[in-house]
Amino acid sequence: MIFAMAFLVGGLICVVGQLLMDLTSYKVTPAHILVGFVTTGAILSAFGLYQPLVELAGAGALVPLTGFGHILTQGAIRGVERDGLLGVFAGPLEAAAAGVTAAIVFGYFFAILFKPKG
Amino acid sequence: MPAAKKQGQQTLVFSNPPVITASGTVVGTKEAAGPLGKTFDRVVDDPYHGEKSWERAERRFLEDAVQIALKKANLSSREIDFFLAGDLENQTEASALAARDLGIPYLGLYGACATIYEGIALGAVLIDGGFAERVVVAVSSHCCTAEKQFRYPTEQGVQRSLTQSWTVTGAGAVILAAQGSGPVVTHATIGKAIDMGQADPNNFGAAMAPAACDTIVRHLLDTGRGATDYDLVVTGDLGLIGRDLAEGLLQDHGFDLAERFTDCGVLIYDPQQQDTHAGGSGCACSAVVTGGYLLQQIQAGKLKRILGVGTGALLNADSPKQGETIPGIGHAVVIERR
Repeated sequence: MIFAMAFLVGGLICVVGQLLMDLTSYKVTPAHILVGFVTTGAILSAFGLYQPLVELAGAGALVPLTGFGHILTQGAIRGVERDGLLGVFAGPLEAAAAGVTAAIVFGYFFAILFKPKG
Repeated sequence: MPAAKKQGQQTLVFSNPPVITASGTVVGTKEAAGPLGKTFDRVVDDPYHGEKSWERAERRFLEDAVQIALKKANLSSREIDFFLAGDLENQTEASALAARDLGIPYLGLYGACATIYEGIALGAVLIDGGFAERVVVAVSSHCCTAEKQFRYPTEQGVQRSLTQSWTVTGAGAVILAAQGSGPVVTHATIGKAIDMGQADPNNFGAAMAPAACDTIVRHLLDTGRGATDYDLVVTGDLGLIGRDLAEGLLQDHGFDLAERFTDCGVLIYDPQQQDTHAGGSGCACSAVVTGGYLLQQIQAGKLKRILGVGTGALLNADSPKQGETIPGIGHAVVIERR
């Protein structure tokens, strides 16, 4: 069941992104949509609205960019609980460290291993 | 006193029309798979052309096109007075590197995708003015260097919008000479940079169509000719969207070119089969279609006189991000069978 929900929820989040790409003015660039998704996820998470989606759909909610926003917010909340105000700055990156590091490491190695074909 | 060889506001009339004695065209696999695939001199299967980077590959494409043209005309680079070249890289580096290897006195040009026509016009001026006997005009573009310049690096895999064109990978060169056999360049109409406020860097066709139309109308008014004086009026790289816009704008001015009007960017790819969206673009687009298909049609007698209009979108990587709109340019050249 979780697989079906991951497919459905993850797919629907991507459909929203695709519709934004296709139906908005050229002034809305892929970069705007990317940042918009992270911010939306972060805000939903702050109001406690994203965690239920994660429980329902697992990776379907965590893998899209909104999931990254969710992780940042949860990291900030945990950081404040532990370290006070300083945690606002330390918490988000701490929570996202695995994802960010994996992106850099894999990006680096794949760039060395493969050559783009055009 | 008006200039002796100028007619009307923007048109140059050559009293001893320079001859296009030879051309050289080199393309990549996508262009070779298109409807004009058989008209090109050389197809290079490897987009790197045996080099380490796209930029180095583009320089090789350009040199190859020049060497093919020189070989066809049975000339060595020492017998050429000037090398007029341009491309779409930063500071037109592909042309500069090709010029370094060729050793011909070099004038670097930038007219975006209109550069080959700008070069033919200026080369004809040098020859008709008595400053040169033979001139090589060459341009190049490479899909992967141009995407990096004007849109997103191809490696980033950003979705292409449907208004976007596909940059032609290749290079074209023509040799203009005071004497010899081949089609001649009789007129050139230098365009104005026209900006109707189009700002979408994914839709060059719409940015260039008004400039192409302005130059065509100006050419016809300056020369007193009508559309029926030409077998074909062919623009550089307006693509499907830009061609339709230009056709409409020309009709608004009272010129109905109908079947006589086409575009190199429309001719070079099959948009259904090749997923090229709005059509072909890039300096090489007009250069390889003109240097290949169009000159071959003229030599075969199927076309007697054409008006070629190179079109360019005059933006750089930063101007759209700073909210600037995109000026377009169109330079027209009359090529006639003789």
